[in-house]
Amino acid sequence: MADHTEPENAHEPARRDEPASPARRGDVDPAGGKKEPGVLGQLFAPVAGFGVTFATMFRKVPTQEYPEEKRPTATRYHGRHQLNRHPDGLEKCVGCELCAWACPADAIYVEGADNTDEARFSPGERYGRVYQINYLRCIFCGLCIEACPTRALTMTNEYELADSERAPLIYEKHQLLAPLRPDMLTPPFPMAEGMEERDYYQGKVTGSTQGQQDYVEARDAEREADAEVGS
Amino acid sequence: MSLLTAYPEIAASVPLLTEDLPAADFSDTPWWLSLIKSSMLFTYVMISVVLVIWFERRVIGQMQQRPGPNRIGPLGILQTAADGIKLFFKEDVTPKGADKLMFYAAPLIVASLAFVSFAIIPMGGDVEMFGHTTPLQLTDTPVAVLLVLAVAGVSAYGFVLAGWSSGSTYPLLGGLRSTAQVISYEIAMGLSLVAVFLYAGSMSTSQIVEAQQQSTVLGIPLWYVVPLFFSFVVYVITMIGETNRLPFDLAEGEGELGGGFHTEYSSMKFGMFFLGEYINMFTVSALATTLFMGGWHAPWPLNVVFDGALDQGWWGLLWFTLKMWSFIFFYVWVRGSLPRVRYDQFMALGWKILIPLSLVWVVAVMLIRSAQEGYFGDGRWVTVLTLGGIGVFVLAGILVWDRYAQRRLAAREEAREVPEEIDPFADGYPVPPMPGQRLVEPQPAVEQARPVTVPAGPTDGDDSTSPNDDDKERRG
Repeated sequence: MADHTEPENAHEPARRDEPASPARRGDVDPAGGKKEPGVLGQLFAPVAGFGVTFATMFRKVPTQEYPEEKRPTATRYHGRHQLNRHPDGLEKCVGCELCAWACPADAIYVEGADNTDEARFSPGERYGRVYQINYLRCIFCGLCIEACPTRALTMTNEYELADSERAPLIYEKHQLLAPLRPDMLTPPFPMAEGMEERDYYQGKVTGSTQGQQDYVEARDAEREADAEVGS
Repeated sequence: MSLLTAYPEIAASVPLLTEDLPAADFSDTPWWLSLIKSSMLFTYVMISVVLVIWFERRVIGQMQQRPGPNRIGPLGILQTAADGIKLFFKEDVTPKGADKLMFYAAPLIVASLAFVSFAIIPMGGDVEMFGHTTPLQLTDTPVAVLLVLAVAGVSAYGFVLAGWSSGSTYPLLGGLRSTAQVISYEIAMGLSLVAVFLYAGSMSTSQIVEAQQQSTVLGIPLWYVVPLFFSFVVYVITMIGETNRLPFDLAEGEGELGGGFHTEYSSMKFGMFFLGEYINMFTVSALATTLFMGGWHAPWPLNVVFDGALDQGWWGLLWFTLKMWSFIFFYVWVRGSLPRVRYDQFMALGWKILIPLSLVWVVAVMLIRSAQEGYFGDGRWVTVLTLGGIGVFVLAGILVWDRYAQRRLAAREEAREVPEEIDPFADGYPVPPMPGQRLVEPQPAVEQARPVTVPAGPTDGDDSTSPNDDDKERRG
């Protein structure tokens, strides 16, 4: 320990915290840094903050008045989920539960069921009978979207998912399903005539056929009649 | 009618107003009109407070690039009403250890005394009201400005009683700070007002306002902010200290004292303090307007246009309000710009800078006034010579002070020299450095582990010589 190197300026009277005068700093650092303030600037330096606050008063306020004025999100924003439909209105979800398995937060619950000739909800063999997403758990990572083999599950840009209770934040299938477009029909109804499951995925179905529309009309009329009898 | 208005030729010929009675004339004001005027004054002050709370939050918001309160009413102007309703419906907690009587009395003292000072503020000239001609001022006395200082001193009781009666530590400290603050800044404030009294020759507010109407070239009135600029600066600093506002709000510094003297107060009792604080802001701003900014009179080009029609009657209320609100804006601006000062810095500013400088200034003003009034003999050079004498005195003072400061700086620099290094491990275990000692800078472990002495015997191989060379290089 006795032989430690001495600091070079040991004999000069070094100052513990030498105030770096702005002039000298300017000499040392000629290239970069701020411009040296003039005489007036130095005179008013102690009250320069007043100028800052006064000037800020006339600057644009960047606040978004959120509930009144909504600004669109980024196009790929991860918002609420949506269960998509085929062009004729049949559901795309096949109840495979891959989304539920992919979910790191365990927020998705799916129960699949078999399609029958009487009640067909999706083109293939199975459909998602129960589909729940718990938005208290969902972290909006989008892994479910990547997992979905039929592009049934996608995300919208809707972000207003707040509630004062917990139960309404578990979204059911009817809340998640995409709304019907004008030429779509409400399942259950059979597949388009002459089409099979494969054709749906190949994009050969572009809308509901006359046969499907007739079926749905008849089905609804029957239901109404049943309801009248029942009442 | 007062002397000044009744005999304008006397007022013109005598620059010093020896008459120190109020210039305002209350002879045509029956008691019921005073009652009406006082209720109008109360309304005026209350509306101002309601507005300023909103105004302050909006302006501070703009200064911080955010909108401020904008939910309730257009531009959030009803925010104060919402705040008031909230305060009113909150639970009123009285601590168990509180001294009940004083705990209740303190907010009442603060809020009610805050209104008192406004009685002597002249807000306008003579107006017609219910068939009587009366000045827009509740009352005036020959010592009106002293009344303001007295009331401010008494309302310090409200703060200290609030702090003491709460029966807990932070309020007590806040109350003590508040009292110390009000008392020590009142001295500097009083001294800054002395210069005004010397110039106006009166302590009556209406008389001071009249005295500032002596016009110079082009009818520009010589408001006291110009000849007494130093007093004005001191007054503005002390009025912020006096009203416990940022950057001098040490009595309620949230970071240090919880809430200060009103920590234990809630509901409307807290509201009373809040109200009192804001009314005090208006009081000192109104006083600044009256003493330095020409009171209710119109600013320059407007006081001569239309034959002075804009400078009388109800117009005075407008000019007065505008001037007062410019001070309020300054309050808000200061709050938006400066951080809170430390308590000892605050006290040092008051006692070591403001008070001594004010004393010197008052003496200087006294000499100037004496010269102007001819107490040093007649002649046009007397005033100039007096000014020159004051200038020489001030220059000499600055020189002496500069030498003193330089010597002190040199002494401090000497004391700051780096002390001897000590080895903290000298006794085998680490010890902290004593005052005036300095620790050896730690060496990296690798460097420390190297052998520093050359082995005595001749050795073979490079291993033993290389560290030596390294060491040499290192030291060279």
